[in-house]
Amino acid sequence: MANVDKIVAQMPKSLSGKEFSYCPGCHHGIVHRLIAEVIDELGIAGKTLMVAPVGCSVFAYEFFDLDGTVAAHGRAPAVATGMKRALPDRIVFTYQGDGDLASIGAAEIVHAANRGENITTIFINNAVYGMTGGQMAPTTLIGQKTTTSPYGRNAKDNGYPIKMSEMLSTLDGSAYIERVMVTTPQNVLKAKSAIKKAFEVQIKGLGFSMIEVLSTCPTNWGMTPIESMKWLEENMAKAFPLGVFVDKSKGVI
Amino acid sequence: MKMLMKGTEAIAEAAIRVGCRLYFGYPITPQSELPEYMSRRMPQVKGMFLQSESEVATVNMVYGAACTGSRVMTSTSSPGFSLMMEGISYMAGAELPAVFINVMRGGPGLGDIQPAQSDYFQATKGGGHGDYKMIVLAPHTLQEAANIMGDAFDLAFKYRMIVTILVDGMIGQMMEPIELPEWKNIEEFKIPDWALTGTQGRKPRKITSFDIDPYELEEMNLRYQATYKKVIENEIKYEEINTQNADIIVVAYGTMARIVKTVIEMAKHDGVNVGLFRPITLWPFPYDKLSNLSEHVKNILTVEMSYGQMIEDVKLAVSGKANTPFYGRSAGVVPTPVEVLEAIKKIVRR
Repeated sequence: MANVDKIVAQMPKSLSGKEFSYCPGCHHGIVHRLIAEVIDELGIAGKTLMVAPVGCSVFAYEFFDLDGTVAAHGRAPAVATGMKRALPDRIVFTYQGDGDLASIGAAEIVHAANRGENITTIFINNAVYGMTGGQMAPTTLIGQKTTTSPYGRNAKDNGYPIKMSEMLSTLDGSAYIERVMVTTPQNVLKAKSAIKKAFEVQIKGLGFSMIEVLSTCPTNWGMTPIESMKWLEENMAKAFPLGVFVDKSKGVI
Repeated sequence: MKMLMKGTEAIAEAAIRVGCRLYFGYPITPQSELPEYMSRRMPQVKGMFLQSESEVATVNMVYGAACTGSRVMTSTSSPGFSLMMEGISYMAGAELPAVFINVMRGGPGLGDIQPAQSDYFQATKGGGHGDYKMIVLAPHTLQEAANIMGDAFDLAFKYRMIVTILVDGMIGQMMEPIELPEWKNIEEFKIPDWALTGTQGRKPRKITSFDIDPYELEEMNLRYQATYKKVIENEIKYEEINTQNADIIVVAYGTMARIVKTVIEMAKHDGVNVGLFRPITLWPFPYDKLSNLSEHVKNILTVEMSYGQMIEDVKLAVSGKANTPFYGRSAGVVPTPVEVLEAIKKIVRR
């Protein structure tokens, strides 16, 4: 083996090395890596507990080299609350999809944020239920076809795509909320710095932090990975504008 | 020193004394004094009280706290217990210890807020999905409820199971002078070797009720079943009063057993010798002992504040060796001693 002068890229220590179960072109893998890099850089792996959801990322607890559990569908913020209240000096994060967080778990995320629960949530919004086969999610766009909205989502019957970051940013307990995407290297770097900020907010004890990541689901959208990146940028990013919605870290971090 | 306390408050104070420092709950009658008491008391003992947004959230907070190996509890009443069933099933699958209090009220649905015993099936037969059990303890006095709290936490951690204390609104709301349990030193509790505390200096730990591979999930289920078998072998508890040479044996638990104790004295004046068999563990149910008793008596009467739930276990135990009549009122109506005595006399003089 050749001598190594300088390592420029390697698997983050906080990933377990277990092969991801995600489809080609899905963004879960990128986001997993970013979280692991942030945990490594902050040196908090030894005191971090993670809560995986129900959905495609139900196996997330196996992909990280961290103590972890899987919550019932939507209940991750409540489970994380129990952990954080029992061990306030540990770092606790949830990883949730849009069906989990914005539909069945809407009450749990709202009240965790409203309590200013000092936890971090990574919210993967791909506008569809992935694990169960591409059904309509609360974040599905108007007109978007899914297996339970075969004629396209219409507002009259199904209401509107729910904007969780905007909604949660109205709550006084929310300390940092940002929406990002990972469609280009530049966006990936922005997403990483957002995730890092969210964990730093928790370390400083400022309250609830959430990063919403607009993500693709090529399999259930019926597109190639490249097409789905384009569709995300042209459609999802319009319905769900990127940006920082709350930042109470100014002057602290 | 004895103190005059309300049932819910006695349970709360006993839980704190035996080392519980984490309480999550949501108000519901007839047990709201329990979270109220905890909200006053926990800050005084450096504990944590949190009023959640729902019982659905509560049980999942309990799940999270239990993952850390801490002594955690919650309390609720029947409709709230229904909402907790999802999380209880997950906790059973994840083998997480915690203590639940269900102060039963009349049902089904919104029912009412008076005492009932109609959640027996839900507590002992499942309620949530999957093949799981919880240990179910049924104290019949406030003193017994206070005494049982230490056992409840010890059993929960010994077997990594949920222990539910199943009482009714009568025990929750009445006041009695009681002797509180001794204080336990929480510094002496060991952090279990399965607890999620962060990986510092060790390999990661995972706690789940999940395995997508059916053969792996079968292994997990067989492990739960092996645990339940040990509980059945070691932890069955009951009380017997006057069961030898009784004209009739009454099976009753909780408040109803307490009423039957009064009936035993009343019946003596009428020349009827009434025995009481009182299961203290509703799960595991004392099948074997009751089976033995049924060989020496003609009638085994089950009395419940339900329309007949525990009687199914009584019938399994008796297995046709004696008659198994039933008397019960529910929906928040508590049978009086006179009513129970009349029911007994009708059977004995048949």
